[in-house]
Amino acid sequence: MSITPEQPVVPKLKYNAILNVLSKGQRIDKRSVYSYRPITVKTNVIPNAEGSALVSVGSTQVIAGVKLEIGQPYADTPNEGVLIVNAEFLPAASPTFEPGPPDENAIELARVVDRSLREPKVIALDKLCIIPGKRVWIVWLDIYVMDHDGNLLDASMLAAMAALASARIPRIVSVDPNTGDVKVNRSVREDRLPINKLVCTVTIAKIGRYLIVDPNLEEEAIANAKLAVSISEDGLIVGMQKMGMGYFTEDEVKSAVGIAMNVAPKLIETLRKAVQS
Amino acid sequence: MGLDKERPQLIVNGRRIDGRAPDELRPIEMEVGVLKNADGSAIVSFGNTRVLAAVYGPREVMPKHVAMVDRAVIRCRYRMLSFSTEERKSPAPSRREIELSKVIREALEPAIMSELFPRTAIDIFIEVLNADGGTRTTGITAAALALADAGIPMRDLVAGVAVGKVDGVIVLDINKVEDMYGEADMPVAAMPGVGRITLLQLNGVLSRDEFSQALALALRGIRKIYELQKEALRRKYVSTTEEV
Repeated sequence: MSITPEQPVVPKLKYNAILNVLSKGQRIDKRSVYSYRPITVKTNVIPNAEGSALVSVGSTQVIAGVKLEIGQPYADTPNEGVLIVNAEFLPAASPTFEPGPPDENAIELARVVDRSLREPKVIALDKLCIIPGKRVWIVWLDIYVMDHDGNLLDASMLAAMAALASARIPRIVSVDPNTGDVKVNRSVREDRLPINKLVCTVTIAKIGRYLIVDPNLEEEAIANAKLAVSISEDGLIVGMQKMGMGYFTEDEVKSAVGIAMNVAPKLIETLRKAVQS
Repeated sequence: MGLDKERPQLIVNGRRIDGRAPDELRPIEMEVGVLKNADGSAIVSFGNTRVLAAVYGPREVMPKHVAMVDRAVIRCRYRMLSFSTEERKSPAPSRREIELSKVIREALEPAIMSELFPRTAIDIFIEVLNADGGTRTTGITAAALALADAGIPMRDLVAGVAVGKVDGVIVLDINKVEDMYGEADMPVAAMPGVGRITLLQLNGVLSRDEFSQALALALRGIRKIYELQKEALRRKYVSTTEEV
């Protein structure tokens, strides 16, 4: 069952301070309303993973890793690889996170990332077929939140995208189409995982009547609701999710989408630089 | 899941696979007060999608530590019965059901005046009896009726519908086939009387213009569903009054 979460206690003073600066078009951390905190993307941070990335957005830190395994395709897509996305909020990341299987927030995050990758065909799964109907590459994308200072979704999407785009496929040594036996030399990685396009997610939080981008933890605590908008590098909306217990008006939704469209190219640029280097 | 292999043509001569116009809802049926024990209940059908919602509460919270001092906790479970789908669904809760329970709760929270019932729980159970697309929005529509039937004060009813893009056309109230083979699926729920959108998800690819068009279409559909909800409630309570 999904239960109304415990609301974080935000002192009235803090609440008023945040709203007060917002009314002047400012943020408590001196940012403008539509700007991100400093972003860093480091790729290939985990030697044993086929692809990996450590992303920080302000103090929020997320690590994503890609492991590639040989497996069976789904019956309805016999000639395509398989993408499986998982997310875990590590207990190390926040005093409010507890050890155990992913809760509804982690599951929601993983599923939003999954949809935003799957729908615009970010990974060319059709190029991951080894023996049609029998053997394909399984792409395991695992996301771990390491430090929580708000906006986990955008950071996770950046980490996921950077890990995928920097992943390399292990060398296939031999393929036996009859037995389905595929031998892989994991110590040699060759081609990059085929990527069709880059995608990012922009989360807009609504605080009072104001819309802001990239809420930090304090801002998230007093936000009425959030709207995550995933945008591809060719400027299409590839996913959306309203989160939180509040609401948006139709006009607010439209302006949020407009804001996301304006901000997305910068994130895509950040990703591109990180993946090329 | 792209099943490009046997993908049927979804729009023929401007009509959809089940003969509807792009902006046409499926036949909708609503019945309020279908369970004896629940404080409120409703069954809503959109074509072959059929969902039962039951509400218990405000009632004592068990376990006690879950209670909140300034409001009622709202607990929501969305579930598909094992025989509601083409292939049997395992009764174990799936990741999809866990996510949907959350987004449905968040779609209903803005409507419920939970601050009137501190230290209590309002439990919402949504059981998908038969699935043919749009089960979460049908569930929200049914749950709002069940909440009203339970006499829980609300700011407005919540009504929902899924819009989508199939064969390049923006369509209202998509069914299973359109969801599976279409380019986009966008469930929306709103409180039409006060103009608040409480659920918005997009699974698929849309341009900005297509999105605005889809959102406007969804909100128009939601208005119609909202009128049907009010009729369904009136039907129950007017007929009760007459019996007395």
